[in-house]
Amino acid sequence: MLSRVASSMYWLARYVERAENVARFIEVNQNLMLDLPDAQQQWEPLVVTTGDEDEFKSRYADYSKRNVLEFLSFDLKNPSSIRACVCAARENARSVRGNLSTEIWEGLNTFYLEINAAAADPRTRDDPQDFYQRVKQQSHLLVGIMEATMSRGEGWHFCHMGRLLERADKTTRILDVKYFLLLPTPGHVGTPTDEVQWSAVLRSTSALEMYRKKHHTILPQLVVDFLLLDREFPRAAHYCLQAADESLHAITGTPPGTFRNAAEQRLGQLRAEIAFTHVNEVVRAGLHEFIDGLQVRLNLIGDGIHESFFMLRPHASELNAQSMGAYQQ
Amino acid sequence: MRFEGYEVGPFYDEMFLSSGRPRPGAELLVQKIAALAQGELSRRQQAAEQALLNLGITFNVYGDNQGGERIFPFDMVPRIVGAEEWASIEKGLKQRIHALNLFIDDVYHEQRIIKDGVIPEEIIRSAKSFRPQCMGLNPPRGIWNHITGTDLVRDGDGRMYVLEDNLRCPSGVSYVLENRELMKRTFPQVFDDSKVRPVNEYPSNLLKTLQNLAPDGVENPVVAVLSPGIYNSAYFEHTYLAQQLGVELVEGTDLVAADGRIWMRTTKGFERVDVIYRRIDDDFLDPKAFRADSTLGCAGLMDAYLHGRVALANAPGTGVADDKVVYAYVPRMIKYYLGEEMLLPNVPTYLCWEPEQRQHVLANLDKLVVKAANESGGYGMLVGPHADQAARDEFAERIKANPRNYIAQPTLSLSRVPVIVGEHFEGRHVDLRPFILYGKEIYVLPGGLTRVALKKGSLVVNSSQGGGSKDTWVLASNHGT
Repeated sequence: MLSRVASSMYWLARYVERAENVARFIEVNQNLMLDLPDAQQQWEPLVVTTGDEDEFKSRYADYSKRNVLEFLSFDLKNPSSIRACVCAARENARSVRGNLSTEIWEGLNTFYLEINAAAADPRTRDDPQDFYQRVKQQSHLLVGIMEATMSRGEGWHFCHMGRLLERADKTTRILDVKYFLLLPTPGHVGTPTDEVQWSAVLRSTSALEMYRKKHHTILPQLVVDFLLLDREFPRAAHYCLQAADESLHAITGTPPGTFRNAAEQRLGQLRAEIAFTHVNEVVRAGLHEFIDGLQVRLNLIGDGIHESFFMLRPHASELNAQSMGAYQQ
Repeated sequence: MRFEGYEVGPFYDEMFLSSGRPRPGAELLVQKIAALAQGELSRRQQAAEQALLNLGITFNVYGDNQGGERIFPFDMVPRIVGAEEWASIEKGLKQRIHALNLFIDDVYHEQRIIKDGVIPEEIIRSAKSFRPQCMGLNPPRGIWNHITGTDLVRDGDGRMYVLEDNLRCPSGVSYVLENRELMKRTFPQVFDDSKVRPVNEYPSNLLKTLQNLAPDGVENPVVAVLSPGIYNSAYFEHTYLAQQLGVELVEGTDLVAADGRIWMRTTKGFERVDVIYRRIDDDFLDPKAFRADSTLGCAGLMDAYLHGRVALANAPGTGVADDKVVYAYVPRMIKYYLGEEMLLPNVPTYLCWEPEQRQHVLANLDKLVVKAANESGGYGMLVGPHADQAARDEFAERIKANPRNYIAQPTLSLSRVPVIVGEHFEGRHVDLRPFILYGKEIYVLPGGLTRVALKKGSLVVNSSQGGGSKDTWVLASNHGT
C-alpha cells in the first residue's frame, strides 16, 4: 500500500474517532453539570484537558457554556473541533477513495454535509444535545460500514489501528475531566454526589451497563480499573492497545511479542506494562499523573508509526533495503 | 410531465423537429416522459442531485472561496443520438485521431509536413505546447494520443462540426459513466425497450489501452493514475478512474526515480510502476525535464520514459496538436497523411496571425467567437455578439499584441435540447465530447459527455462557467418512426 494512502487511512479513522470523543467529552461534562444542580457551571475543564487554552483565550472572552461548545463543536480554527475533525477525515478519505467502499465514502460525506448544515443552523446552538447524539451515531455507523464492507487488508488495519490509538487517548482524557472538575468541597469524595459523577463518566464512555455487569457497585477505583485496565471493554485503554497492537503486527507480519520497528517496540512495551499494572499502582502514582504519562507514550507510538510507515524517505538509495529492516534491535 | 408549450425556436433541437414532433428515435422517450405524473420528473431530478452531493461527485472551482466544491449539475432528460448518425461520427473521429497521431509523430521526427509546405514551421515552433525535449522520441507502439476528448457541436444547419481537440488530459469521462449509473439508479424504467448502447466497457478498454504500452518483457504491468492531488478540479475523475481500473492513484510525492525506473513508495518498501496514466500537464511532469519549480511530478520521470522503462499516456508533447491554430490545419493534415477528405468538418476558423484574416476578425468582432490558442475550459474566450464594446476593444488589443495566440470562428447557432426548468422544459444549447482511445485499434466510447449551457441563451457549456450535463444515449438501432 502506498505510504500516503496508509497515512490517509490511519488519519481518517483517527479523525472520525476524535470527533466522536469530543462529543463524548461534552456529554460527560453536561451530565456532570446536570447532576450537580447547585454547583456553578464549569466548562473550563473541557478546554484545559484538551490542552488548547491559549488557542481558546485568543478568541473567546470567557469560559461560558456557549463559547466552549462553539470552540469544541464548530470552530474551524480549532483543529480539534468536531467540525474540523470531520472535515479533515473527509479530506483524507477523498485522497484515498479508491481504497474505500462507496458506502464508506458516502457515509463520511453525508456526515460532513450534516455537520455543515448543523453548524449553519442557529437552532443547533440553542439545543445541542441531539447534535452530539448524531455525531456519535454517525461515527458508529461509519465503524459499522467499515466492519461490514472492507477487506481485512492493510487499509483496514491502518484504519483500525488509528481508531483504537485515538480512542485509548480520548478515554484517558474523559477520565481526566472528572479529575479537573472541582467538587463543592473536598468532603464530597466518596459521597453520593461523587458516585453520581463517576456514573456520568461511565455513561459518557458508553460503559455503564458493561461496568455494572462486571463490578455491580460504583467505586472510583473500579471505574478507573475498568476504563484503563480492562481487556474486554472496547473503549478501555488496555483493550485499545491490544487491538491496535494486533493490527500493527497484521500489517508488518512480525510475529506477536517481537518487534522490528519503533512503532512495534513502543506499542508492545506499553501494552505489556498496562497488562501488568494493578489499579492500586495507578491510584498511588496519582490518576492524573498516570494518565499524563500514558498520553506521552501514546504520542511516541504515533511518532513511531509515522517514521516506520508514512515518512517519505528522501534517498532512493534505500530502494533495496526493506523498509521494515531499518530499525533493528 | 408534458412537452406542450416547449418552444423549439429558431434552433436545431436535438429532440424535436421544428414541427414540434419528436425526431425519429426520440418518440419512445418523449412518450415515456409525457406519461409521467406531474412533478415526477422534477422529484427524480432532485433525488439525482442529492445522490450526486452525497456521493461527493463534485468538481473544484478555481478562485471560489465558498468551499470550492460543486456538483456538476445533471439534467434527467437524456440526449439521443441516432444509430446512423453515430456511425458516421465514429468514422470521422477515427479518421481524425489517426491523422493527428501521424502528425504528432511527424512533428517530433522528420517534419515532412513542414518541409512539404502544408503547415508553416512558424506555427509549430511558436505553439506553446510544442516540446523540443520530445524531438526524436519514439513512444511505445508509435502512439502519442492514447486518450482524446474531441468537442463536437451541431450548427443550425444540422451538421456536426469538430470544435476542438483535447489531446492533453481531457476530462469528463467519469461523468459519462456516473451519469449513466445515476440514470439507472433514479429512473430505471426509461431504459426499457430503448436499446441504448452501454458505456461501461470504457474502463476495461482504457486499462487495455494502458497495458498495451507496457515496456517489452513486462508480463503483468503495474499501472498507476498520476493526479496533481485533491485540489485539482478533476480530482473526482482521477479517483474514479483509478478505482474503476483497479489501479493505484498516485501523486508526484509517491513516486521516485532510481536505477532508471520509476517506483512507488509503499508501506513495504518500493514497488515498480510500468505505465502511468498521467493527469498532469507536460510542464509539471518532471522538474528535471520541464518546469523546474514543479512539485507535482517526479524528478527523473522523463529520463526513465525516454529509455523505455516506463510508459506515459498521453505521450509528452502530444499537446502540440491541441493548439487552436494547429487545429485549423487538421483538414489539410488528413489529406496529407491519409489522402482522404475530412469526414467530420472543422468549424471555419480565421487565423489572426495571417494579416488579411486578422483584419477580417478585427472588423467583425461583434459577430465572431475569439479564442486564445492555448486555453481551455472556456477561459480566454470572447463571444462577440454577447460581449459589450469594452470587452471587444480589450480583445482587439490582445489580438494585435499577439496575433499568433488567437483564432476566431463564426458564432455558431448551437443546437439545443430540452432541460427541466421547474415544472416545464426549456431549450438550452449543448455540445458533445466523445472519448477516443488509441490502443491496438481506435475505440470510440458510444456517446460521450453532453454538456449543457444551463444559463438561458448562454453558449458556454464548460463546467467552470455554469454548464451542466446529460446522459447521452446512442441508440443501437433507430426504432420507431
